Amino acid sequence: MKKDLGLLLLILLVGTIVAVINPRFISPLNISNTANLIGLYGLFSIGEGFVIITGGIDLSIGSVFALLGVVFIQLINADGLNWMLASAIVVGLGVLIGLIHGFLITRAHLQPFVVTLCGLLIYRGVARYYTDDGTAGFDFGTSYPALEWLTTGRVYGVPNSFVAFVVVAIVMAVVLHRSVFGRYLFAVGKNEEAARYSGVNAKAVIFAAYVICSGIAAISSIYFAMYTRSISPASHGTFYELYGIAAAVLGGCSLRGGEGTVLGIVLGAVLLQILQNLVNLLGIPSSLNFAVMGGVILIGVLADGQLKQFRARRVKHG
Amino acid sequence: MSEPLLRLDAITKAYPGVQALKGVSFHIAAGEVVGLIGENGAGKSTLMKVLGGVVAPSSGTIVIEGTAHPALTVAQSLAAGVAFVHQELNLFDNLDVAANVFIGREPRWGGPLRLIDRKALRERVAPLLKRLGCDFEPDTLVADLSIAQRQLLEITKALSLAARVIIMDEPTSSLTLTETERLLRVIADLKASGVAVIFISHRLAEVEHCVDRVVVLRDGEVVGALDRSEIKHERMIRLMIGRDLQNVYIPPAAPPGEAALELEDVETTAYPGRKVTLALRKGEILGLGGLIGAGRTEIARTLFGIDRLAGGVIRIHGEPATISRPRDAIARGVYLVPEDRKAFGLILDEAIVRNITLPNLPAYASATLLNYGAERRAAEQQAKALSIKAPDVESLVSAMSGGNQQKVVLGKWLAMSPRVILFDEPTRGVDVGSKAEIYALMRALADKGVAILMISSDMEEVIGVSDRVAVMHEGAVAGVLGRDEMSEGNIMSLAVGKRLH
Repeated sequence: MKKDLGLLLLILLVGTIVAVINPRFISPLNISNTANLIGLYGLFSIGEGFVIITGGIDLSIGSVFALLGVVFIQLINADGLNWMLASAIVVGLGVLIGLIHGFLITRAHLQPFVVTLCGLLIYRGVARYYTDDGTAGFDFGTSYPALEWLTTGRVYGVPNSFVAFVVVAIVMAVVLHRSVFGRYLFAVGKNEEAARYSGVNAKAVIFAAYVICSGIAAISSIYFAMYTRSISPASHGTFYELYGIAAAVLGGCSLRGGEGTVLGIVLGAVLLQILQNLVNLLGIPSSLNFAVMGGVILIGVLADGQLKQFRARRVKHG
Repeated sequence: MSEPLLRLDAITKAYPGVQALKGVSFHIAAGEVVGLIGENGAGKSTLMKVLGGVVAPSSGTIVIEGTAHPALTVAQSLAAGVAFVHQELNLFDNLDVAANVFIGREPRWGGPLRLIDRKALRERVAPLLKRLGCDFEPDTLVADLSIAQRQLLEITKALSLAARVIIMDEPTSSLTLTETERLLRVIADLKASGVAVIFISHRLAEVEHCVDRVVVLRDGEVVGALDRSEIKHERMIRLMIGRDLQNVYIPPAAPPGEAALELEDVETTAYPGRKVTLALRKGEILGLGGLIGAGRTEIARTLFGIDRLAGGVIRIHGEPATISRPRDAIARGVYLVPEDRKAFGLILDEAIVRNITLPNLPAYASATLLNYGAERRAAEQQAKALSIKAPDVESLVSAMSGGNQQKVVLGKWLAMSPRVILFDEPTRGVDVGSKAEIYALMRALADKGVAILMISSDMEEVIGVSDRVAVMHEGAVAGVLGRDEMSEGNIMSLAVGKRLH
């Protein structure tokens, strides 16, 4: 909780500074656009956070976006499938990917990093092969009003992607912080053996985390596909898993597992998008985009570690 | 005899709450083999750590070749020629024999590049291997060596350090008969070349066979020293155990009931072929005695579904039970208080309440959503019943004392409905006061009809708490003793593989 508060203060501080230097930061249009990006990038960060809480990692998310994105466009555009059915198939495929990850990690005892790294390579390769390295897009003039409203629409300027993000965040916050499963996630992340000795089916819990992560990533792929409207699988979504990991780490998840809150991940995702936005608004060369992000995360994590040590010392000396 | 190579004078070592060594004096001369024996926890390891410079004694002096030191550093100990051959071998599996022998002291070449001189390395190691009659080469990978070969490698390492005193801690515990014989020959060779050997072992026959002198430790004191001519099995056992036991035994309120847990020809994966048949009755405390490594923990792990059952049948309340994971055991009311509570018993970095409710979480939830109030009430009830000392149930377990942590482990299970509780070393690292509380709790549970199996290496505890004792030796039950036969002598004899007469 203390961590979340610190992050919120940091967001307000950075926001205020940017707004003072460039008032366009708080213009309704900019806020609405930033909210859209927060929704898009925040959604899958929550799933990544779940995996990180078990002490694992998912590096394959960006490639999942490319693969499931082209599949989705193919299904509704070329195959003419109903968009709801197509969405169900895509989410089903996401769940399948999660099941494969979960199986390889808990049953074949492979390391999460290795499994999902191979996923990153394989899914992107398959996506590129599937489209012949071409670009998948919608035919000129086609439109899917309901789908477009859900994914890219806005109500009173509030992007529906952001609304979807908030809804998912609330549901997942309840799951993580109030449900039996959520408690098991933390227990397994903190001490898998002790959890097992307490009768927790640790493998099933880890399995579920990967399924949730890839399932949410599948939903995200639909949002990204509708946001970009055309997908060149060689570049679509590259590095996006790193946004998820960065948001989770900024939000207080420890890569050792057992720590993190949904609120923290949400705030982490917000801060990341504000940083992106700040680069544009303050006239910083956009090539420095990643460097700014990396620098802020580094400073944040460093400050947190120092603060923790300081507190521990104070407690020790009474 | 001239001035010994090494002398310890009146060494004491106090840990918080425990006096590990009480004025121990010990000496060894060049070319002497001294046996050091005693029960688990008699102070052998602490004494050897003092010699190795790992532990500084609270008082006393260490005299090396006439020079007195209040304490040794690891470097001083090495310089004095003290070398260890550890019970748990400290070798790098992924490196070859030569690299292991000279780890950290590799011969170099290439000037400023400081590359490892592999040729010199091999040339220096080869004669040492030859001297010990090793059947492996300097470039053999350690991963490919047997336990016995690794032990020889450790001795090679000691020789390469020009060791003058080699300490062997339970060197034969995992060796076959022929390997043991070879090791004993190596010891004789070392002796002939003037190296002193301290031989720590539970296997009294080997001690009898190879040492010049035996020093017996008990409760941190030297209780006897036997010369070559006086070394006899019975005398050693008598010296190891002969102490007055505090009488802590609380008799059961009622005679034990029917069998709650039966093991029929049960085999563990650690000791295949060694069958264990044992019945644990309702309302009794059955002690499971024996030396460390006798296969007791493996029995508990198998009963709780951690390890696979390698053979035989487990019956709970008369019905055969398949227990393939802890959940199966827990569902049947069979609970384990594990030996290493920090690794397996608790989530240290978590609050008391969340540890206590973890095994039975669905009971505190409706429609899968947790009721924090119900959790808290259950935890507070356990904290009160077990008098757990903590500001409140939201305190982290990591900040608590060993005794209180153990009570939290107990609280986890007592918040449910136990039928059988397996205690593995229930009072390890627990202070005296909490010990008495835990014993009283165990008896109260037994009187309520819970069947209790208590694994313990603490003789006082085994005799002081158990209604019956099953003694294990090398994976099998060597004998079961009732209270009238429950003497330290009988337990120790069974534990070292002797028959009772």
